[in-house]
Amino acid sequence: MSRAGRHRGGAIRLDTWLLRHLQVALASLGHLTRAPFSTLMTAAVIGIALALPTGLSLLLGNLQQLSGHWDGAASISLFLTEKSTLEKADRLAGRLRARDDIARVRLIDRDQALDEFRTLSGFSGAIDALDNNPLPNLLVVEPTPLHSTPEAASALLDELQALDDVEFAQIDLQWVRRFHGITEIAQRTVLILGGLLGLAVLLVVGNTIRLEIENRRAEIEITKLIGGTNAFIRRPFLYSGLWYGLLGGLIAWLLVSLSLFLLESPVSQLAGLYESQFGLSGMGPGAFLLLLAGSALLGLLGSWIAVGRHLSAIEPT
Amino acid sequence: MAIIQFDNVTKRYPGGHEGLSGVSFQIEAGEMIFLTGHSGAGKSTLLKLIGLLERSTRGQVRVAGRNLTQLKRRHIPYHRREVGMIFQDHRLLHDRTVFDNVAMPLVVAGLGHRETGKRVRAALDKVGLLNKERSYPITLSGGEQQRVGIARAVVSKPPIVLADEPTGNLDPELSLEIMRLFELFNGVGVTLLVATHDLELISRMNKRILTLRHGRLLQHPARGGHHHV
Ligand SMILES: Nc1ncnc2c1ncn2[C@@H]1O[C@H](COP(=O)(O)OP(=O)(O)OP(=O)(O)O)[C@@H](O)[C@H]1O
Ligand SMILES: [Mg+2]
Repeated sequence: MSRAGRHRGGAIRLDTWLLRHLQVALASLGHLTRAPFSTLMTAAVIGIALALPTGLSLLLGNLQQLSGHWDGAASISLFLTEKSTLEKADRLAGRLRARDDIARVRLIDRDQALDEFRTLSGFSGAIDALDNNPLPNLLVVEPTPLHSTPEAASALLDELQALDDVEFAQIDLQWVRRFHGITEIAQRTVLILGGLLGLAVLLVVGNTIRLEIENRRAEIEITKLIGGTNAFIRRPFLYSGLWYGLLGGLIAWLLVSLSLFLLESPVSQLAGLYESQFGLSGMGPGAFLLLLAGSALLGLLGSWIAVGRHLSAIEPT
Repeated sequence: MAIIQFDNVTKRYPGGHEGLSGVSFQIEAGEMIFLTGHSGAGKSTLLKLIGLLERSTRGQVRVAGRNLTQLKRRHIPYHRREVGMIFQDHRLLHDRTVFDNVAMPLVVAGLGHRETGKRVRAALDKVGLLNKERSYPITLSGGEQQRVGIARAVVSKPPIVLADEPTGNLDPELSLEIMRLFELFNGVGVTLLVATHDLELISRMNKRILTLRHGRLLQHPARGGHHHV
């Protein structure tokens, strides 16, 4: 009769099932709070391990955002032909603006450019001596961020170069290439670091759960003796792993937030020197949830591995 | 109908020693039987085969209509829920109260909260420990701990109860008390198999006896007393 409950399935209602899971989850949380020091130690190790890649990727994100502030990092200068009037240049600019791989187009007309040059360069005398303006009309084309990679930008460059009105197109690809190279390396480093530290989290949780299984050996044996299924015995340990992960994720979030807080004032000072409005942006709610979900998953996975390896070895005698 | 049936069962332990050799017998549902024999005769081995703590090397063990030889690992827990086991060393959890210890089989089976409380108290009442439900096992006497173990074995009302030297550490008076308790359960239809080498005790009980010697069953229809069925 007691057997019909689970075995034949369906007899247990969903809410009973949920209630039981909730009970086990809370019980294993209670179990962890009964040894707060060692629980916190484990969670702190997990937190530090997760804070490192999280913080770095956040900084990287900030850096990439910062690159957006450097207008024209990948901008293409189109020097138009002499025949191309201001009117034509304006029409071309309009057509380019309509493309979805181009974010912005700025038209610098030749007279205006000459004026600027005259005032800024200090060669006003020499310039006045010219009988006509040697400068062409200029279009400054900024691709969208998506099309700012070296490959996309240079493809765009080739395309624009081929336009009738364009005499000569130029881009500072060197710089774009360097920046992309650096961020790619940084991104990959963060990824590798994240992978390694994620592995460390798995091992830490796995080892902690292994010790816990060892400590509760008698309980496991007796539970098997009286007919506890593996799923039943496994459950509290899996929840322990989940809690460790969640707790570690929270600690990681705290550490990252604290670090950002400490960096904030020197960064804004530095930005002030560059007359920039730039400020560090912290972790949004999405990233926060992602961190928690990831850490909980790692905890669960770590305990799953430990449970799979060690639980079946314990049999009553 | 036989609720426990051994057909030419041999258990060879790793290392080659045979704990049981070619043992055959039947136990009818509702019987209470004693299992005796010298130390090392194979009593515990026989009980372990029934509770699937060990598997037979040869021969067939059938319990409650199930062929244990072929039972899959994942079905073992459900089998054990129908076999209550009592040990000389009680095997209680010392960080849990008497109530929680006795409740374990019901929790494992997923019984509801209220029903569990009712049944645990009924079981504790039967073994005379209702007033100790909040105590920890360590604060109880040996006889009381044994009775907690018994309450745990019967709380889920399994059709079969096995006891391995349940009175090993108890004085004769307490031992007899435990036996009376077993008779009580037997009276409501539980099949009981009790391993003991306390021949004195057995002789006062008038039950069928299985005797093992060096892993073999002695062929004698011995009875403790003078009645016959
Ligand atoms: N796990 C094991 N590995 C190897 N040999 C074992 C194992 N368990 C029992 N044996 C052997 O099997 C034989 C039967 O052991 P068992 O425990 O069944 O005897 P018993 O009748 O219960 O003895 P006792 O009265 O001392 O409890 C013994 O010779 C013992 O040494
Ligand atoms: Mg024994």
